[in-house]
Amino acid sequence: MADKTAVKKHHEPLIHIVKRDDIPEWQAWLIRGATIIVALIFVGFLSMLVTEKGFFETYKIMFSGVFGRLLQGSTKMLWKYLQEIAILLCLALALTPAFKMKFWNCGAEGQALMGGLASIFCMIEFGEKLSYGALIAVICITSIIAGAVWGIIPAIFKALFNTNETLFTLMMNYIATQIIAYYVYIEGGGSNVINPVSVGNFPAVGNNDYFVNIITVAVITVVMYIYLKYSKQGYEISVVGESQNTAKYIGINVKKVIIRTMAVSGALCGVTGMLLVAGKDHSINTNLVGGQGFTAILMSWLGQFNPFIMVVMTAIVVFLKIGVAKVADSSFLNSSFSEIMVGIVILMLVGCEFFIQYSIRFRRKNKEVAK
Amino acid sequence: MIIQFICRAILLGVPLLYGSTGEIITEKSGHLNLGIPGIMYVGAISGVVGSFIYENSCNNDIAQMNAFLAVIIPLLCAIAGSVIMGLIYCFLTVTLHANQNVTGLALTTLGIGLGNFLGASLINITKSELPSIALTKTSSFFATKLPFADKLGWFGELFFSHDFLTYLAIAVAIISAIVLNKTRVGLNLRSVGENPATADAAGINVIRYRYVATCIGSAVAGIGGLQYVMSYASGVWSNNAFGDRGWMAIALVIFALWKPSFAIVGSFVFGALCNANNYIQGLGTETQELFKMLPYVVTIIVLVITSMRKKREHQPPANLGLNYFREER
Repeated sequence: MADKTAVKKHHEPLIHIVKRDDIPEWQAWLIRGATIIVALIFVGFLSMLVTEKGFFETYKIMFSGVFGRLLQGSTKMLWKYLQEIAILLCLALALTPAFKMKFWNCGAEGQALMGGLASIFCMIEFGEKLSYGALIAVICITSIIAGAVWGIIPAIFKALFNTNETLFTLMMNYIATQIIAYYVYIEGGGSNVINPVSVGNFPAVGNNDYFVNIITVAVITVVMYIYLKYSKQGYEISVVGESQNTAKYIGINVKKVIIRTMAVSGALCGVTGMLLVAGKDHSINTNLVGGQGFTAILMSWLGQFNPFIMVVMTAIVVFLKIGVAKVADSSFLNSSFSEIMVGIVILMLVGCEFFIQYSIRFRRKNKEVAK
Repeated sequence: MIIQFICRAILLGVPLLYGSTGEIITEKSGHLNLGIPGIMYVGAISGVVGSFIYENSCNNDIAQMNAFLAVIIPLLCAIAGSVIMGLIYCFLTVTLHANQNVTGLALTTLGIGLGNFLGASLINITKSELPSIALTKTSSFFATKLPFADKLGWFGELFFSHDFLTYLAIAVAIISAIVLNKTRVGLNLRSVGENPATADAAGINVIRYRYVATCIGSAVAGIGGLQYVMSYASGVWSNNAFGDRGWMAIALVIFALWKPSFAIVGSFVFGALCNANNYIQGLGTETQELFKMLPYVVTIIVLVITSMRKKREHQPPANLGLNYFREER
């Protein structure tokens, strides 16, 4: 009898969380895939509640909003969709080496803005003076340098003094924004608008303005995959990310790796800015990147540092962004509704990682018998 | 002129003070909540929805409105809305061990979206011509000032002319400074942020402390959003007007070296820096744009200096940004 009460006093919680050993890759993706499907159904359900349309009708509007009259042979909306994916993907790819190194680069927005600024500056200043080829070359080089410089500044302080990079890069965004505001004011003659510049634009291929952008990002995706997986620098990045001490012991110059990786990250953000300015808007304003620098952080993380998975993730998120905005529009609701949906889907995906890394064990009822 | 400048700086600084006090409380528990900008949006819009419903239930007639209800309903709504956001963050990061930066950023996306969506929906309901909702009646209750402020000249204007949310902000900051530094609860909370495994071994319920700290922090930050709408914007909500103040609040946490008492001064300095461009004579509009980067530049300088000096009491909580899993030690 006394023994029994002693056992009872030992309170055992109902559920018990255990860290899993590596679970097979396919199982992890099964969980993620299931979460995406559940999230998409949830989005449709919420849209249905808000818009008072049928469940399947909301999806129909989403599809027609994203792909337009694709089935009737019009590829115009499809290209626009691909262009949106390309920009978000390019930013996500740019952030990936930094994140793999555990360097939280929240400054994609600012780095892209600086790249865009360099592009528009060259287009306006050298547009008349240089030949087309030379102009494009100058635009590429300056915007890459501008983005890289904006990324290197926080990296230097991180490497030397271990300054918190999350907040440093965040602040750099706003400095970049104000520089753009200043430039737009001067160049626009006080009107806060720069009229689209017709020189130094990327060429249209077969009536398609966005072709160059999409191809560029496709190439960057493959190159980034190879860089991270097979290059020596990619290996150094992952070692520094895992443990800085290990990196030191095996003779990696950690400071050099941090600065170099942020130069790559910033440069790619600069390229994104260039694609936005020279390949799409032909102008600039403070809202050029439009918060995609932050969405890209989430994309890079959801993609598990794998560029090809990032393609899938960005495709889904951009689909939701455009599609749900169309659903909201069709019911005269504010298109911010799509931001809510994207937020919910990402939070669900973030949450589902738990079930991949941990397993839940319930308290066994017949414990005393087992003893 | 100088008095006016200081009063303006205080008015601009108060939302930042709420935001950063909330974030300090959260960060002391070891959680870096980058969702604060979104939470402040949600706090603001929840308060706006609450007062919108109350104004409508009184037939938009100021004579029918009860001063106490007009203030407490938006306040409670703001707290409720932001605590729900805080709970989502806690559930994901504390219970599900999700990455804090990613969760926070997603929460910010969600919060800003919610704010703009609900704001736009309310504008739709009122069928207003302008893209904004005016809750000037509720705001007039919030703006009630101390009666003797006018009689004391510049002294009164400087110290007594503010609305009660300003004094509440300072009170909250002082109380949290005292609780963090002088009480057992504060000591426990700090130990949870510095080293959760040790705290756990000492019998402190790490999970509960993290949940409570994050939720209180979110509630405080949410009031900041409401203060912006009711006091700074005189009760007018328009989409995206709140801007990047949430990020500035997070920057202010570093500026204040994780001390709520420093945050009081810091927020007014930030308010002054944000506003300096309007008060320096002879600036062109283009130079004003450059001056607007001042608060951010100053934050970076503070960030760099604190990291260079490496003084022990000026450092962030040692376990900031790391989740705690008991079986992983």
